[in-house]
Amino acid sequence: MPPLRMPIVLNCHRGIGPAVSGTALVARDNFSARYDLDRKRGVFSRPTHKLAGESYVGKILVLNEAKGGVATAWMLRDMKERGLVPLALVFNRVNPILAQGAAFAGLALVDRFAGDVSDLIRTGDELRVDPAAGVVEILNREIS
Amino acid sequence: MRAGAFGEPRRWATLHQIAVGEFFDAADLVPISQAHIMADTESLGQSGVGFLEGLAAAPEAERRVRVPTLTDPRGLDVAVYKRLGQSEAMRALEARAIAALQAFGVLMTDTCINYQTIMPPVRGEHLAMGDTGVVVYSNSVFGARSNFEGGPSALAAALTGRTPRYGYHLDEYRRATRRFRLDARPRDFSEWGALGAIIGQACGSYWEVPLIEGLAEILEEVPGSDALKHFGAALASYGSVALFHMPGITPEASLDRGRPARMRPGRPRSIRRADVEAFVAAYGATGDKVDVVVFAAPQLSLVEMAAVAEALAGRQVHAQTTLLVATSPEVKHAADRMGLTSRIEEAGAIVAAGICFYQSYAGEMAEANGWKRLLTNSAKLVNIIGGYGYRPTLLSLERCVDSAVAGRVV
Repeated sequence: MPPLRMPIVLNCHRGIGPAVSGTALVARDNFSARYDLDRKRGVFSRPTHKLAGESYVGKILVLNEAKGGVATAWMLRDMKERGLVPLALVFNRVNPILAQGAAFAGLALVDRFAGDVSDLIRTGDELRVDPAAGVVEILNREIS
Repeated sequence: MRAGAFGEPRRWATLHQIAVGEFFDAADLVPISQAHIMADTESLGQSGVGFLEGLAAAPEAERRVRVPTLTDPRGLDVAVYKRLGQSEAMRALEARAIAALQAFGVLMTDTCINYQTIMPPVRGEHLAMGDTGVVVYSNSVFGARSNFEGGPSALAAALTGRTPRYGYHLDEYRRATRRFRLDARPRDFSEWGALGAIIGQACGSYWEVPLIEGLAEILEEVPGSDALKHFGAALASYGSVALFHMPGITPEASLDRGRPARMRPGRPRSIRRADVEAFVAAYGATGDKVDVVVFAAPQLSLVEMAAVAEALAGRQVHAQTTLLVATSPEVKHAADRMGLTSRIEEAGAIVAAGICFYQSYAGEMAEANGWKRLLTNSAKLVNIIGGYGYRPTLLSLERCVDSAVAGRVV
């Protein structure tokens, strides 16, 4: 009988949007669609951002906090319709703008974990994000 | 409303508010007296404009806003867009957005200084304000109550007349969480902005509420509206902060909710002159060629317009440099009437109304005009504009103007 795999399960607050599975892109940094992104090319453009030059398209972005202005509330939906959007947003804590933007775009968003989610998840991890259940599973690693 | 008995716009609005309200554990919806929508076309994109047009196509009774609703700056000023290298496609998209917003009965104020120019809020008034600078000023200086309401949420609030009751609508979130002590007197608005940026960076979260002490000891007078405007805008931009308290100055700092109930133990963090100077120096570029000097973010008050005219003092802006001043339509009309606009424009500068530069296709303008080095006295603009490919420098209004005249950073 093959060994029973036990993915790492991280509990969080109930989120917004659909359940999705994908690959994590992680940084201990903050986020604003207007301040940090080249939304035409789908990459982080702010030179001082820890993910500068990285493509965010189709990735599950794991970051610390939402920052800055209100524009992200509109931008996520436009990014989604143009196919240049992250698959999901997994944050330690978001501000109202990111929550409103995710609700408007129908994009998966969760926050409020027991620990620092940018430490718990590594870039390249395979994740399943279930906002309705308030759960993120790390599928490629097991509880040691 | 959720079932659609009041039409599609209010059905969409209600479902959106339920999703956001549940995310933040809101117990109910609170009635609001004003909404303020950020809906520039750079942020809206084709999809956002299409969304607005879809809702605006509903019958009039179903689409009219239920509370007075204002707009944040637009993406383009039709009077100057060609001089700024903005395109006909941008103008066409902007016209569609304006037509849709007007169909809802929105008042096209196109301003981020509505608290100075349209209708200052009242203490305890619940609002749905769609600009971070407007929110932090309304909450802190007036004691009004608003969260950051992005465009879709502000529109939803306008359509229902309510907003989810969470965050800064609630007493418990309005208490100070962090202490700071001001040991340096800001000398001008750029330094008030730098101070907001330093405290904002230290807070780094929407949910932190800084208490700033020491002002009475070092200031000879209470900071005015423009000083707190620049301070709050930078605080919100660098830290996503929506509320601050200043004992002796802001209305809630002396009450229970201003006390540090959630505050961490320990002494306040001191902000000294060296901190402000180090912040400004990080953006320094003395001697560099200046491509564009921008006074905006937030839009200029009438008093600031007069200060720009005064600083120019009849001199000419350098031929290789653009000087742009962005203000609200109300202030522009007043500046026209008082001769301030003509004094600024005679120097070769551009006065734009109803835009705020960074919301106006800043990346495309940089490309079209070959702009790289940008000077401003707005710490908020310095923070935002790096992401659009500019190299920003923060200086006082007077040094910005001197640099615009010299064509180099002086």
